Amino acid sequence: MTATCHVARILRSSAVDGPGNRSVVFLQGCDFDCLYCHNPETRKPCNACGLCIPACPHEALKTASGEVVWNRQNCRDCGACIAVCPHSSSPKTRRMTVEQILSDILPWRAFLRGITISGGECLLQPDCTTAILEAAARADLPGLVDTNGSTPLADLPGLVAAAEGFMLDIKAWDDDEHRSLTRAGNATVLANLDFLIPTDKLLEVRTVITGTFDAEQTVREVARRIARAPNPVRYRIIAFRPEGVQAAGRAACQTPDATLLERLRGIALTEGARDVLLIRMP
Amino acid sequence: MHTILDTICDRELSYQQKVHALARDAEATLDVLPIPDAARDLLERGVICDLFEGHAPWRPRYIIPDYGRFMHQGSDFLRISPPRTLMEAIHALLALYHHVPSITNFPVWIGDIDTLLEPFVEAEPRAGEIIGHFLDHIDRTLNDSFCHANIGPFATQAGRIILRHQRMASNAVPNMSIKYDPETTPEDFALEAVLTSLATAKPSFAHHPRFRDEFNSAGYEHYAIASCYNGLPVRGGSTTLVRLNLARLAETARDRDDLLTRALPDAVSAMLALMDVRVDFLVTRSGFFESSFLVREGLIEFSRFTGMFGVVGLAECVNRHFAKDSGGTVFGHNDLADAFGIEIIRRIDAAVRSHRAPHLTAFGGRYQLHAQVGIDSDVGVSPGCRIPIGDEPELMEHLVRSAPFHAFFPSGIGDVFAFEPTAKNNPGHILDIIRGAFASGVRYLSLYASDADVVRITGYLVKRSELARLNRGEAVLQDTTALGRGAINNLRVLDRKLRS
Repeated sequence: MTATCHVARILRSSAVDGPGNRSVVFLQGCDFDCLYCHNPETRKPCNACGLCIPACPHEALKTASGEVVWNRQNCRDCGACIAVCPHSSSPKTRRMTVEQILSDILPWRAFLRGITISGGECLLQPDCTTAILEAAARADLPGLVDTNGSTPLADLPGLVAAAEGFMLDIKAWDDDEHRSLTRAGNATVLANLDFLIPTDKLLEVRTVITGTFDAEQTVREVARRIARAPNPVRYRIIAFRPEGVQAAGRAACQTPDATLLERLRGIALTEGARDVLLIRMP
Repeated sequence: MHTILDTICDRELSYQQKVHALARDAEATLDVLPIPDAARDLLERGVICDLFEGHAPWRPRYIIPDYGRFMHQGSDFLRISPPRTLMEAIHALLALYHHVPSITNFPVWIGDIDTLLEPFVEAEPRAGEIIGHFLDHIDRTLNDSFCHANIGPFATQAGRIILRHQRMASNAVPNMSIKYDPETTPEDFALEAVLTSLATAKPSFAHHPRFRDEFNSAGYEHYAIASCYNGLPVRGGSTTLVRLNLARLAETARDRDDLLTRALPDAVSAMLALMDVRVDFLVTRSGFFESSFLVREGLIEFSRFTGMFGVVGLAECVNRHFAKDSGGTVFGHNDLADAFGIEIIRRIDAAVRSHRAPHLTAFGGRYQLHAQVGIDSDVGVSPGCRIPIGDEPELMEHLVRSAPFHAFFPSGIGDVFAFEPTAKNNPGHILDIIRGAFASGVRYLSLYASDADVVRITGYLVKRSELARLNRGEAVLQDTTALGRGAINNLRVLDRKLRS
């Protein structure tokens, strides 16, 4: 199968997208609209409005046959195009075949423990995600999937088989709170949590603490469930950080203090989580 | 001009540092080496540099005693019996360290300290406390961070105690390397070494299978990583280290062809002649090898001493001769520029290989190439074959571009990488990078997190808190702190690219 993937970007080396050193493929497009999103430009496809073209100080953007075309050589990654985009998109996304994606990664194979497919939300392109995972596995690079959990994994047995593991966001346990945080419900997310636990492919669950939902409830319920997994699932509890977040999110969310984070760690451990990692402001 | 009286009256030198400086001052009054005119000329122009070895070499620059043999046989000279307990072991080693000379007047290698202590750890319930005192004693008395300990490649209880203590103590001394074997060193031990290194800038990682195989095939069972990162045979060492400053040499050449065909071969042969003169004095006149108890008791053997041919400033040399084409800095970024760098090193290697040192028999009488890390007064001269600070490419590309140079330098080459403190959340990331680097041809690398108090300057370590004290005009414990101050100002070592 020669799937064409819509790629936001490829990061050759990452220390924060799973264990060890990994290349990360960020696929474009997301169905959540999180208050604290740090990369809102990965949410939507470019609609070729062209507003970013005059904003680019390096003449790296132009229009050609109705599309905005990005010149990688001229680009200095200054972020001006993304800052002016009113559509949660970027002119720098690319349509790539799986072979093209792998050819960006394979030269660095000696340095890599594996790859991670992230987003946006990668499971909105399930065929691409599966094909990338399978191609990477053939090159001895096991692949992790980093997902918001909005797509039912029970319907994607090929993808689940091809993945080495999953990293799942549980943004809030209560459905109403989840809707106010992401403009989407969490029934499928929680079903995916239950689906993954017995498979021993759930590597990590993440929750960002924003002060806008009942963090103690979420941490308690998540910890209770991952305690039943056959493998030690890491629970990564992340303090909200305002950098890169849009104004509405910065206004609504608060960075939790160390006392709250430690209390959440305590709850998670009490409920049976075996590996809890707090990520706070440096 | 600096005078002996200046040394005596100095307010920033400790007593011990004054004694060492006065010894250097005394030696500097001699003029006994028959240095050929060509070498003298290049010395005066700063193209070659004898790295403060003095005017009359009276001890080998780097000495690598066979501490394993010492632990087995004790020492008649020191009236020490073979140790039977951990307390006796550290007593024996600390006594011997005091009597191991070097260019710094402190030992530049203190052994595979985990392996040396491990036989005594099991029977000693206070092992953690005793080894902690051992390491703190080294830090407070061997006041020079070129003093280098090795650990690994196997995980030992002693090794774990040493790593844990280094993380807590934040000592600049000893410098430390782990002989890391990606196949056999246990993952958890290697990860502890990564975390220790992020916290306190050591241990550095040496590619053990590669060093082992190279030294074995040259006829040496064991190797040491000493001083900055110098690979040398155990029970031997290096008589001398002189360096060729390629950045300065580049200024004397009209173009690339003139550099390769005239300036470079002339400078290499002048420097070899200078090294020969120094070796000859040390071996035939100083009497070191006839009088030292280290020789008499078999802890070192003359036949295992080599000499080191150092190079520095390759990046600036290449950039200067590509500036016309590119208008910018290209070393570490451009394939043609890097290939020119390799060609320079290949020619130096061929010339040094075809030369035979007087008297020396180690490595068939051939001097060993060494990527010298610079001296505190260097300005605009990058260490060895390193990509200049400020020009560093992305981490994996940096390593892949540096790797081809590592093949030429068994007696030392390496690079230093600074990481964001968040790297501590995923030490496996760094271990993967190290494995990839070794698989790509890198033999040695060092790392630290940007919030560590101990920072690696070029090859040695300095405590930032001690540096602050020195900057207030107070005397400090370690002589290397003053060297670090110069390098921070001249080489921007605190401005290394931060890797996340």
